[in-house]
Amino acid sequence: MYKKRFDDRKFDELRPISAKTGVVKRADGSAMFRIGNTVALAAVYGPRELYPKFLQSPEKGILRCNYNMMSFSGAGERVRPGPTRRSKEISLVMEKALLPVLDLSDYPNAVIDVFVELLQTDAGTRCAGITAAAMALADAGIPMKDLVSSISVGLVGNTVVVDLNKEEEDYEEGSVDIPIAMTPRTNELTLLQLDGIISKDKLLEALQLGKKACQEIYKIQQKALKESYSVAGGKNE
Amino acid sequence: MGELIVKDKEIVVPGQELAVGMDYLPTGGAFRENDKIISCQLGLINISGRLIKVIPLKGKYIPKKNDIVIGKIMNMSFSNWFIDIGCPSEAVLSFVNTNEYIDKGADLAQYYSFGDVIAAKISKVTRSSVDLSMKDGPGLKKLVGGKIVNVAPSKVPRIIGKQGSMITMIKEMLNCRMMVGQNGLVWMQGMPENELIATRAIRMIEDNAHLEGLTDKIKEFIENENKKLGVKNVQEKI
Amino acid sequence: MNKDYIASLITKNMREDGRDLLEYRKPIKIEYGISAKSAEGSARVIIGDTEVVAGVKLDVGEPFPDTPDDGVLMVGAELLPLSNPEFESGPPDIQAVELARVIDRGIRESNAIDTKKLCIKPGEKVWLVFLDIYPINDAGNLFDAGALAAIAALKDAKFPFYDKKEEKIDYHKKTKEPLPLLDEPIECTVLKIKNGFIVDPIIEEEKAMDARLTVAITKNGNICALQKGGEVPVTIEEVDKMIDIATQKTKELRKVLQ
Repeated sequence: MYKKRFDDRKFDELRPISAKTGVVKRADGSAMFRIGNTVALAAVYGPRELYPKFLQSPEKGILRCNYNMMSFSGAGERVRPGPTRRSKEISLVMEKALLPVLDLSDYPNAVIDVFVELLQTDAGTRCAGITAAAMALADAGIPMKDLVSSISVGLVGNTVVVDLNKEEEDYEEGSVDIPIAMTPRTNELTLLQLDGIISKDKLLEALQLGKKACQEIYKIQQKALKESYSVAGGKNE
Repeated sequence: MGELIVKDKEIVVPGQELAVGMDYLPTGGAFRENDKIISCQLGLINISGRLIKVIPLKGKYIPKKNDIVIGKIMNMSFSNWFIDIGCPSEAVLSFVNTNEYIDKGADLAQYYSFGDVIAAKISKVTRSSVDLSMKDGPGLKKLVGGKIVNVAPSKVPRIIGKQGSMITMIKEMLNCRMMVGQNGLVWMQGMPENELIATRAIRMIEDNAHLEGLTDKIKEFIENENKKLGVKNVQEKI
Repeated sequence: MNKDYIASLITKNMREDGRDLLEYRKPIKIEYGISAKSAEGSARVIIGDTEVVAGVKLDVGEPFPDTPDDGVLMVGAELLPLSNPEFESGPPDIQAVELARVIDRGIRESNAIDTKKLCIKPGEKVWLVFLDIYPINDAGNLFDAGALAAIAALKDAKFPFYDKKEEKIDYHKKTKEPLPLLDEPIECTVLKIKNGFIVDPIIEEEKAMDARLTVAITKNGNICALQKGGEVPVTIEEVDKMIDIATQKTKELRKVLQ
């Protein structure tokens, strides 16, 4: 039985979080999201012209995500630079997690590029990436019906927990990792993945915990977005 | 009864509820969902009467008909120039739409070549293209020399000022020729040191666009900078 | 258009952002251990709006056959499309390769790392030092910022625990032992625009450049690497002057590293 968490958190408690927007000045929008030891940076470029041209859609703009772990950001050996099957899949699910809230009808033939870089990892990297990317998209002034907040929930041993760290993911009696993303206003899931064996009851219990956690994350996202502009003008030091 | 949830000039984020009930109407940057009005943009709330608008703080230029824009020649075919006006697809200027008569089949590069900067008016916007014209309106021409400064398109109205008051003031105080495109490109030409002061003035407007009394602040800034420059010039002469 | 403007400013001893020609942007900051949980060593360098991170990963592997008792240094750089709208995704392009190689040469030729001390079992097992450099915001002068981040990350690095019997690294156990460093090379890039010399260019100045010279200087003030760039040739007299400038400016950067 997993009765006490390795880092003494309550089962429904998130790791310490910090968030900031406008961290990459050259980008059209950007954000940093840190949860525990996982640090994600997201930068948005666009809408800009999409090449090759055959990928363009005259109906609306296209979202393109790119998830990457810096070579030194892995817990063990060096991560070899360049895309992997894992990073490609994560890029894909990130796009699907963000697309439902975006309104790209004003940007025919254009692309919006989202680059997510992980500086340091301790599990939950795709969720941190999605959360940072949603903030960066809002920061870039892209029309959105809602934000997206993301967290991983799951089982450690047989206990339902929120925001697993690496130690919990590697728990010797087994763990189940369920990364989710939600639209905080309407509470709909835009990302749902699962690794491991779990009963339906436990899954639903975990999702309820996740919903609560996403609301907490949403508040932090909102605050960070507003903060960077309430001090606007102070920028000109 | 309708209820307003936000205050005028408040910063809101996408997805945030702005009002409940049918008394208010969403205009730009907001939408209605059932009985609620919701923001779809990071921006400043603007309430006028029953209308709620969210003015974006950032964002790329979206071309609109009749906007005057500044752009750079990126490419050309035998009858068109393709021009970067800071939006995702290049705008098109046909040789029949310039401000001078061009023979069919003439070498277009003799008129406007790669890298040249022009001021033009948007004559048509469709899903697939943006057409430009230089036919009607003063100042629609090739901009020779000088420099370009990029600003956020949402800040352009402040840079122009009421009836052009801000930009006219900067031009006159610094003896610079200037032109502001709705797409956020500002062209200027004068002495390099004056261009530098004008650039800083524009950056100041951009960073302080939300403040009142900006014209006076900018005036003061330019006066001070001019004084410093005056001192420097005198010292150099000695 | 802006190229002529930048050049005409410089001939008047002026710069777009109001700096003197030989003045670095402020602030210049180094933050150590920015990926302390994952990397063996890491650092972030901020010069004005430019931000670069570098990280060190250590591994154990075979030495090169011609240097059987030397550890191995491998320097990589990736021009992240996150950091500049003009950078594209994909394998490192020639710019990234040049950046990595110039930084690599500064470290290698100054013998900054005592590679003999990285030998575990001659001919069989040595420490491999992977040093990777990533720009986060490219607002100009990635060479100097990248080189500074690289040496800072090396200084920050601590060995992970190595079990000699099992011949395995335990990355979760970090020792307090730093990398054996003998020198700390610092790089300064001097740009020539028209007849003026500047340091620490912003992007627009980089685009207006005629020539550049990157100079790596050791602790003792010796030159340990050079790289000339740009399309315009330079005279020996100009090189003389550019090296003097670089020597002077690296002293300032060295203070930040301490």
